Amino acid sequence: MKIDRRNFFRVVGVTGATMTLGKEIFAEPKNANEPEPYGILFDSFLCGGCQTCEYTCAEIHNLPEPVDAPEIGVTRKINETRRTVVNAYETSEGEVDVKRQCMHCNEPACVSACLTQAMFKTKEGPVIWREDKCMGCRYCMISCPFDIPKFEYNSPNPKITKCDMCYDRIQEGKIPACVETCPAEALLFGKRSDLIKEANKRVHEFPDWYVDDIYGDNEAGGTGLLYLAQVPFEDIGFNTGIQKSSFPELSKGFLYSVPFVFVLWPTLLLGIHEATKNNHIKNAEEDE
Amino acid sequence: MNNMGSYAISKDNDGKSIWKFLRAEFKPKGKFFTPFNIISLPVILVGFVIIIIRFWKGIGAVTNLTQEVPWGLWIGFDVVTGVAFAGGAYVITFMVYILNMRKYHSIVRVTVLNGFLAYVFYAGALLLDLGRPWNVVNPIIGNSFGTSSVLFLVAWHFLLYMIAQLIEFSPAIAEWLGARRARKILSGMTLAAVIFGITLSTLHQSGLGALYLMAKGKIYPLWYSEFIPVLFFVSSIFAGLSMVIFEGSISHKVFFNQISEKNHKAQNNIIHGLSKICGGTLFAYFFLQVLVFVHGKHWDLLNTPLGYWYLTEMIGFVFLPMMLFVYSYRRKNILAIKIASIITIIGVIINRLNITVIGFRWDAAVHYYPSWMEIVVTLAVIFTEIWIFRWVINRMPVLRDSPAWAKDVK
Ligand code: SF4
Ligand code: SF4
Repeated sequence: MKIDRRNFFRVVGVTGATMTLGKEIFAEPKNANEPEPYGILFDSFLCGGCQTCEYTCAEIHNLPEPVDAPEIGVTRKINETRRTVVNAYETSEGEVDVKRQCMHCNEPACVSACLTQAMFKTKEGPVIWREDKCMGCRYCMISCPFDIPKFEYNSPNPKITKCDMCYDRIQEGKIPACVETCPAEALLFGKRSDLIKEANKRVHEFPDWYVDDIYGDNEAGGTGLLYLAQVPFEDIGFNTGIQKSSFPELSKGFLYSVPFVFVLWPTLLLGIHEATKNNHIKNAEEDE
Repeated sequence: MNNMGSYAISKDNDGKSIWKFLRAEFKPKGKFFTPFNIISLPVILVGFVIIIIRFWKGIGAVTNLTQEVPWGLWIGFDVVTGVAFAGGAYVITFMVYILNMRKYHSIVRVTVLNGFLAYVFYAGALLLDLGRPWNVVNPIIGNSFGTSSVLFLVAWHFLLYMIAQLIEFSPAIAEWLGARRARKILSGMTLAAVIFGITLSTLHQSGLGALYLMAKGKIYPLWYSEFIPVLFFVSSIFAGLSMVIFEGSISHKVFFNQISEKNHKAQNNIIHGLSKICGGTLFAYFFLQVLVFVHGKHWDLLNTPLGYWYLTEMIGFVFLPMMLFVYSYRRKNILAIKIASIITIIGVIINRLNITVIGFRWDAAVHYYPSWMEIVVTLAVIFTEIWIFRWVINRMPVLRDSPAWAKDVK
């Protein structure tokens, strides 16, 4: 997993010019109480498709090693044995590689779908799944607009699997394993707002290299994973038609109406019952 | 006055001990080798074996579910469709107890029993589909309340509604056991249970549709709109009533000897009255669907295979039965009403499956089709329910009149 020359210069160019050093941006020491969530910025301009992130992810989560490599024309998918994949696309700018995993939405559909709070948005930003709570209903899978949560169909004790942004490492003050090992610096970990600033900076410093768009900025109401690319996102497998507002909002209207129905209906029903009582007596007399 | 419990019951049963009475009641009644038994028993047995495999090897061993389509026949048909058909219970109790339409009183019990059993068995089907059923209590007790989840609401409502229906039905059980005091107390709770039950039904019938609101982009646009909850609610009215008409026609043949002369005569009158409501709600539903379609602006999608299927549903299974109900109501044509109700039932099945299975991730690379094992389990669930239904009908005063002692007590 070496970086080729092209990539080396890109890294020096992009990260050097924007003064980012290393794999994370932190203006000040990490503060766990800070409400601003963490995220990851993926820069497809820097990614060489080497799959180091895939190997690292498999290793630290005790999952099988990847058996296939990114290939143009093939859309590899995450599944219950791999939480992230890199795909290659043929574009007007040549081959572009993209890493996919859970987007760690700001307002995750999966979390609002989960009736046991097994899916949980941590204050640090990662969306995690908690084994002891989940009842395996798979409503999170129905709801996730990015089709991320996967289910172990062939296990009597199945789990929901998805990327958790290495939440336990974050709690220990480390950064996600894939970010740490990426040899191309295509992944950057940090506060979401800092990442957006950084992404904008790259776009404006190198308008020839990037399209002026950050995927995840407001897709599905904004996501923790942010993407930069040298071609329009629909060319590299992204669903750009996704709504820009939060998904949980879609069922809020219904949920808000519930308390009203609970107050109004019984009153109304009782009222009608009282009003029609006389019919009842009348009918009863006719019946006799 | 404090002779409660088994003493009271045994006394009411002319001194027969309650245990002897129950033991006798639990013995099968009637002929055993009926066509229904011969068909249903093997299905139930095979279904049982499949269920064992499912818990032993995992859901994937018996179903065709995929990562893209995580809910298949067991949710889309058993739960979502089954509950729509169980809607008859809240509509009939509304008519009888809230609107005081006494004409329909004779079918309250059988409809409530049907509704109750439907919920018990469909909730059971839900358990089969849960990957980690041992955690099913989490949203009910404990500190894991996912209150922002529509499914949380639906789960609670299922539970509460089952209790409400049990209370609504309980006077029949009391009459069967001859428990006079209990019957009095329980019938006193009917109105409260009915009001609570209708409120719950309104919310979870629409809630089943609301489950799919977040699946925006995954359901074929012709079937997705923000109005799914309203459409589900309105369609549960005619779905439930068509089922009442259909089941009623069968029950009146199968349990002929249970039903009094008077109620036999009243049956056609009841069906005739229900057909008016079916026609009316179908009209409202059709109108809503047209509005939703115009609002959705998906004209271009009509000219696709799924678009034709959508048109088939709307014209063949909404508009047509609506016209048939209106026609047969005017002509008092009972046979036509029954046919209309069957078309409506098929239409509701198609509609629910279009949203939950057929139109769900229509664009996925691997399409979901139920496996034969999923179908057998579904049939086994339905057959078992019918067995229990028959058991109850043959023992409790559901179709037959209440015992004389219970008549004058209100
Ligand atoms: S991408 Fe899907 S699984 Fe990940 S946080 Fe968003 S809704 Fe949840
Ligand atoms: S499968 Fe588990 S995590 Fe997903 S919604 Fe159901 S209970 Fe929550």
